[in-house]
Amino acid sequence: MRLLAAALLLLGGAVAVSATPPPLLVHDGKITGSEYPQVLSEYGFFVSAAGQIPVPTVTPYRLNTPLWSDGAEKLRFVYIPVGQQAKAQGDGLLDLPVGSALIKTFKLGGKLIETRVLLHRAEGWVALPYVWDADQHEARLTLGGKRIALAGPDGKALSYAVPNKNQCKECHGVSGAVTPIGPKAYNLAPAWLAALQKAGKLDRVPTVAKRIPLWEHRDRADAALAARGYLDVNCAHCHNPDGAASNSGLYLGWLESDPIKLGIGKRPVAAGRGSGNLEFDVVPGDPAHSILYYRMASLEGGIAMPELGRAALDPDGMAAVQKWIGEMRR
Amino acid sequence: MRIPTAIIAAVSALALTAPARAKTIQVAAGEGAQGRLQEALIVAQPGDVVELAAGRFALTDGLSLDVNGVTVRGAGMEGTVLDFSGQQGAGEGLLVTSDDVTLRDFAVENTKGDGIKSKGADNVVYYRIRVTWTGGPKETNGAYGIYPVASTGVLVDGCKVSGASDAGIYVGQSKAITVRYNMVENSVAGIEIENSRDALVTGNLVTRNTGGILIFDLPNLPVMGGGNTVISDNLVVANDTPNFAPKGNIVAGVRRGTGVMVMANDGVRISGNQIHGNPTAAIMVVSYPNKFDDPRYQPSPRNIVIMVNSLDRNGTDPQVPGGAQLVAAFGGALPPVLWDGVGTAPRAVGGADTTAWSLNLPAQGAGFETAKPTPLVLLRPLGPTHGMPSGDMKPAPVGAPAALDARARP
Repeated sequence: MRLLAAALLLLGGAVAVSATPPPLLVHDGKITGSEYPQVLSEYGFFVSAAGQIPVPTVTPYRLNTPLWSDGAEKLRFVYIPVGQQAKAQGDGLLDLPVGSALIKTFKLGGKLIETRVLLHRAEGWVALPYVWDADQHEARLTLGGKRIALAGPDGKALSYAVPNKNQCKECHGVSGAVTPIGPKAYNLAPAWLAALQKAGKLDRVPTVAKRIPLWEHRDRADAALAARGYLDVNCAHCHNPDGAASNSGLYLGWLESDPIKLGIGKRPVAAGRGSGNLEFDVVPGDPAHSILYYRMASLEGGIAMPELGRAALDPDGMAAVQKWIGEMRR
Repeated sequence: MRIPTAIIAAVSALALTAPARAKTIQVAAGEGAQGRLQEALIVAQPGDVVELAAGRFALTDGLSLDVNGVTVRGAGMEGTVLDFSGQQGAGEGLLVTSDDVTLRDFAVENTKGDGIKSKGADNVVYYRIRVTWTGGPKETNGAYGIYPVASTGVLVDGCKVSGASDAGIYVGQSKAITVRYNMVENSVAGIEIENSRDALVTGNLVTRNTGGILIFDLPNLPVMGGGNTVISDNLVVANDTPNFAPKGNIVAGVRRGTGVMVMANDGVRISGNQIHGNPTAAIMVVSYPNKFDDPRYQPSPRNIVIMVNSLDRNGTDPQVPGGAQLVAAFGGALPPVLWDGVGTAPRAVGGADTTAWSLNLPAQGAGFETAKPTPLVLLRPLGPTHGMPSGDMKPAPVGAPAALDARARP
């Protein structure tokens, strides 16, 4: 009898402990479990959700050149479980251990719009979109995606698309499995990598042969490097040999060196009216006759590229690509 | 009552093979259809059926399915309509990226890009699907109606496509393909098999397209070397719609009034078709016409055999330079088979199939202005393996795996 009472007491103690988790720790079970948490706060990534202030074990980062998403400001974070490390893989993607998470919050007009998470579970990566409530206190799982009427950065009305779970994979898919697009060493600052290594969260600082230039300093960079960096980040997640656009034969990754695969003198395959009555993806010296530029300059479904995640034009990206093609020797 | 043991065995076998908790998820048209239908396609488990009620689903964005073994079934190609007239984004109406999926008995209308695309989706079945651009042939219509690509095992059966600005039914970079009993009209190409192998195109009706059935192989693609394809028993009639494909696409070069066209490819048998009333040519066998830089690519067709087709009233108004004079010179109609004169000529077994003309182009990539047209009688095949891809000594199987048939029944 006394034993039972002691057991109950212990059990009660255990319940009490788990009901008030230690503060400022990410709930690892939410990342590795089999459920889809319904609200973002379940993970415990943030001390202040509204302020996007992460807990100490969640590390913010930036990319040299980021993916453009309708002008949204993007706040990026990586979580690596306590006691574990990411592994550097040369120039490319950091190999994050099971239990890690990548978190990206989209902010437009000063308001949080959505937060997308990539969770590394034992069976693979899972991509989930969360949409913020109007009062900015909580973001809710939106598996089927959503369109939200917003004002874009230029003040024009914007039908902002939150991707559905499958669309997450259209961009984050490699050979049919969800895989993070980044962060890749060639698109990260050496100082950030060094700090991560120093903090014990990265096995070593990778050597990078050629880095994507900082987007805000693109005018000082070689036009080809600025444009190729932009194309890598905005296009190559589909346009690579294992991506959603593999059948196009157009591959726009940073490390691609074959001019035809980069679209130079390459005819379109399944472009339909995306061709815009033009014959080649890239015509050296002639952006106006290059399908690549034509599709960036369109907002129409069936023509506009990227197909997902863009409801407005990106004048800076267009200018960078225009300059690259324009300066290319004929 | 005693239950025969055979039935018990059959029932338990069924229980073993059927997924444990296969269920039917019902989705109706009406308010919030976009979100409800997309969520159903996400939460479905292998073996489940997503059942679309009769009605018109007003959709604003592309849909996608990424779960293996799911069936999406509507209430008939006239009853359930996925209406994409208000589509704002995505490259197609429905995208399938998982294996063993069956799409059946519904329609897709007015998508901004392609109708239904399945990519890297092995053993896919499209059965009694309709894809229509309701405004007739227009350059602003989407490119492909039914678009399986980069897949092994494709069955497109009993479908109907109208208005595609590229190909109504397009199978690309795939193998083990059957396209049968479909009807395609008012599209630039009726049926196109591109950079694919082991395809059977049979029993289809293609009419009022620019070109009826195209078998192409193109350079600079991850999958090349198309061939071992059979085109049999199709009705290829009156394909006379002016080409409305946006320029830049390979089909924009297809001449109005082309019945069956083979470009590049190794091993194509064209037999038992009724090819009537196609104003440029009943059958056209040509090399890739453009310059290319790809050492892996073979631009000329090899081992093309034509046999026992019914060819009538073709070549009466060809869309070629000097067409009227050519027609007059040939006595009112061009011979039914056109070869560009590059590489090796097709072979034919007898009758009208052997009646051809050659452009006698001097080389691959030469323009029509260099043509020196002459009549040509096609020679008989060298033996029973002629028409098989180079090096094959016996017929390699064509068509989708037989197991897919069970998913294409009423």
